[in-house]
Amino acid sequence: MATLLEMRGISKLFPGVKALDRVNLTVEAGEIHAICGENGAGKSTLMKVLSGVYPHGSYDGEIVYDGKTLAMKSIADSEAKGIIIIHQELALVPLLSIAENLFLGNEVATGGVINWPKAFQKTSELLRKVGLKEPPGTIVGKLGVGKQQLIEIAKALAKDVRLLILDEPTAALQENDSQKLLDLMLELKAQGVTQIIISHKLNEIGRVADRITIIRDGTTVSTLNRDEIAEDRIIRDMVGRDMSHRYPERTPNPGEMLMEVRGWNVFHPDQKDRQMIRDAAFSVRRGEIVGIAGLMGAGRTELAMSLFGHSYGRGITGTVTMNGKPVDTSTVTNAVEAGLAYVTEDRKALGLILEEPILRNISLANLAGVALRGVLNKGREAQVAEDYRRAMNIRTPNVQQKVVNLSGGNQQKVVLSKWLFTDPQVLILDEPTRGIDVGAKFEIYSIMNQLAADGRGIVMISSEMPELLGMCDRIYVMNEGRIVGELSRAEASQERIMAMILNSVGKAA
Amino acid sequence: MSEKSYLGSHLREYGMIMALVAIVFFFTVIVRASIDVDFLSAQNITNLFLQNSYVIIMALGMLLVIVAGHIDLSVGSVVGFTGAVAAVLTVNLGWPVLAVIPACLIVGGLIGAAQGYWVAYWKIPSFIVTLAGMLVFRGLTLWLLNGQNIGPFPRTFQSLSTGFLPDLFGEADQALLGMERLNGTALLIVVLAALVVVWLGLRKRTQDAAFGITPEPAAVFWVRNAIVCGALIFVGYKLAIFRGLPNVVMILAVLTVVYAFFTENMTSGRRIYALGGNEKAAKMSGIKTERLVFFCFVNMGVLAALAGMIVAARLNSSTPKAGAGFELDVIAAVFIGGASMTGGSGKIVGVVVGALIMGVMNNGMSILGIGIDYQQVIKGLVLLAAVIFDVYNKNK
Repeated sequence: MATLLEMRGISKLFPGVKALDRVNLTVEAGEIHAICGENGAGKSTLMKVLSGVYPHGSYDGEIVYDGKTLAMKSIADSEAKGIIIIHQELALVPLLSIAENLFLGNEVATGGVINWPKAFQKTSELLRKVGLKEPPGTIVGKLGVGKQQLIEIAKALAKDVRLLILDEPTAALQENDSQKLLDLMLELKAQGVTQIIISHKLNEIGRVADRITIIRDGTTVSTLNRDEIAEDRIIRDMVGRDMSHRYPERTPNPGEMLMEVRGWNVFHPDQKDRQMIRDAAFSVRRGEIVGIAGLMGAGRTELAMSLFGHSYGRGITGTVTMNGKPVDTSTVTNAVEAGLAYVTEDRKALGLILEEPILRNISLANLAGVALRGVLNKGREAQVAEDYRRAMNIRTPNVQQKVVNLSGGNQQKVVLSKWLFTDPQVLILDEPTRGIDVGAKFEIYSIMNQLAADGRGIVMISSEMPELLGMCDRIYVMNEGRIVGELSRAEASQERIMAMILNSVGKAA
Repeated sequence: MSEKSYLGSHLREYGMIMALVAIVFFFTVIVRASIDVDFLSAQNITNLFLQNSYVIIMALGMLLVIVAGHIDLSVGSVVGFTGAVAAVLTVNLGWPVLAVIPACLIVGGLIGAAQGYWVAYWKIPSFIVTLAGMLVFRGLTLWLLNGQNIGPFPRTFQSLSTGFLPDLFGEADQALLGMERLNGTALLIVVLAALVVVWLGLRKRTQDAAFGITPEPAAVFWVRNAIVCGALIFVGYKLAIFRGLPNVVMILAVLTVVYAFFTENMTSGRRIYALGGNEKAAKMSGIKTERLVFFCFVNMGVLAALAGMIVAARLNSSTPKAGAGFELDVIAAVFIGGASMTGGSGKIVGVVVGALIMGVMNNGMSILGIGIDYQQVIKGLVLLAAVIFDVYNKNK
């Protein structure tokens, strides 16, 4: 078999982070090559380098494709070579028809005038190839996610694809849709289309992949042949790293039961029948830091946001008790009153008002605390902000600075300050250290430890397993909307967490 | 921080005041040179306020709507409709004026509620809802008036617009001071107002210093206050030697102070800015965003009703065309005043200055006899220039 693609020593730097460090990847013509790795290992970055999203010159290393060195400046360049990537988030225009989507930017036209009969005919041929029977004029938004995924593939076929890259193609799909997609991959392979699939699901990889490359912390760990693919080996390679991060010292001292969640069920906000959280139950004690582990899309954020004022989902059922008494968390105001706070993973979109100064962001969730009968006491507001600036060590000349000018770590401290000013009993921290440099991470960890020592309960959602292992007294493992296991600090290890996740895949009731 | 760099970083705020001063100066010179008339005569200053009061009043409410991230296109039609309601109630049905005024304000509030309901709770774009409202209430105005003018109003109703504050000092006192036709009340009020402005400014400076906020350089502070107080007292003096303070100016001043306080010092006002700055984040912080949006529209309706009565009182009749196109002047004033199109920012003082800029230009160009055609072109270009200046400043 001839080599189609060779990526040699690819390194990619982002400000402050080395996302890729001399990664090597060799893909043979006509194979299906799987890439595995933890969240943030560098898989998507590598594929963005390959597809020209990061142009030549913005990374180090060499890409040899079909015997020639490539220097791509844009996605258009890579597509001209037949390298086509299908991202996790589908890039279809929901209000246009299938035919219009398939040939978007690549219309079947002469002199700018679209030849509709020809376009429809070509569309029908392509749809037949991917096993769809929909008429070409169907509006894409009316199709399910599974069919949309197939249309993405048809779109790639319309461009004479030679190397098709699928980034977690089955993440949003139901079981039978996933099977159809995998069948199609095998069929395309038979037609000679080389494919790269990024996936967490070992059963899928085992079914379609010829070889598998494992990436960890931005470097290639190993490339395994089909006969070497074994779950244990893959898990070890995916997570087997030194605990290089440091966590502040802490003596866990859990007290009495603080919050208990029982029988929590949540449905998708738009797709009524799609259950996002299934019968979840968990608890936090005073002074305890509890982790929720899981891969992207496991439902951790959905669980947290649905708890906090029903901010996500619909058809929510289940009970929350605080100090043994049932509480209502159905609006944000009620949840805050019950003693709950939620620090979002998306602080720019959901946590901060970027164009407003620090002090106004800190007082936002508890304006009553700096006001008397609806009239703000600006002196008190500034004093409160100043106190938090000192306590949290927010690096800024003064609290009048707009938060948009702060670094990620300092922004996160502002969000934390905002919620602490509501004096919560339980804080749910969703990816509290995402996009934060190592020094600021340590500060955030220290703040968390202090809060636990003060007798508050902390729920920490994180995709970084070392962080969970380093910080938490107990860890719940979530997958596909269910809590699939619980590990004490002593029992928890990256291998066990990963095994719990992988073993639960597709075994949903 | 030096005066220069401070002015540079607050260009927009000072630029507004400077622009207003420059435009007034420009018209004073040109009007004198071309038709030998005093632009700053007592009568013309009085006219200027009477002509523009309704724009400023509505701009106060429109600022809230725009800060919340919405728009209200229906205010011109609501002016016409509430004016018509006032006319029917007073002239046709003979209601007493003191009952008509609250009745019209309630009608305005209900109109705002009817529109705000769809915007706030159904998430229908405000542009669509209020565009519909613009058509509906213009139509209802025509229907209510039967296509005709209704008037005249009783004197008490007219005094809403054309009345003046009575002089508390008798003519005897004036004679004693050796001055004639000087309205002591007017002068006293503006002098007090000027003192309050300086006092509040000084208080804020000491507060800022206490919170570690870079204060305005002393020189800038005093120059700015000298200009503002000088203008206040000058205008007050001019009004005093004419007929005194118009009632409308008092309404305007009180509303401006109330809304400035609301937006800057009250929790609800603050929440509107938060909602406009990032609705999702505001919601996740426990702010009842729907209720606030609803309130902004109700408030806008009430202010539009007030403006509608003032317009009717000034014309001394309700006409089917009253208020046509006002929404554009009001919205332009808010944007010239520095509000952001995406919501979340803008100040009451800026909006008042913005409305005054529009008003002075309308008035000056009319005196010069510039055709309505050129006037529209010039106003359009000023609006565009002000917003381009904003965007440029932001990107710099």
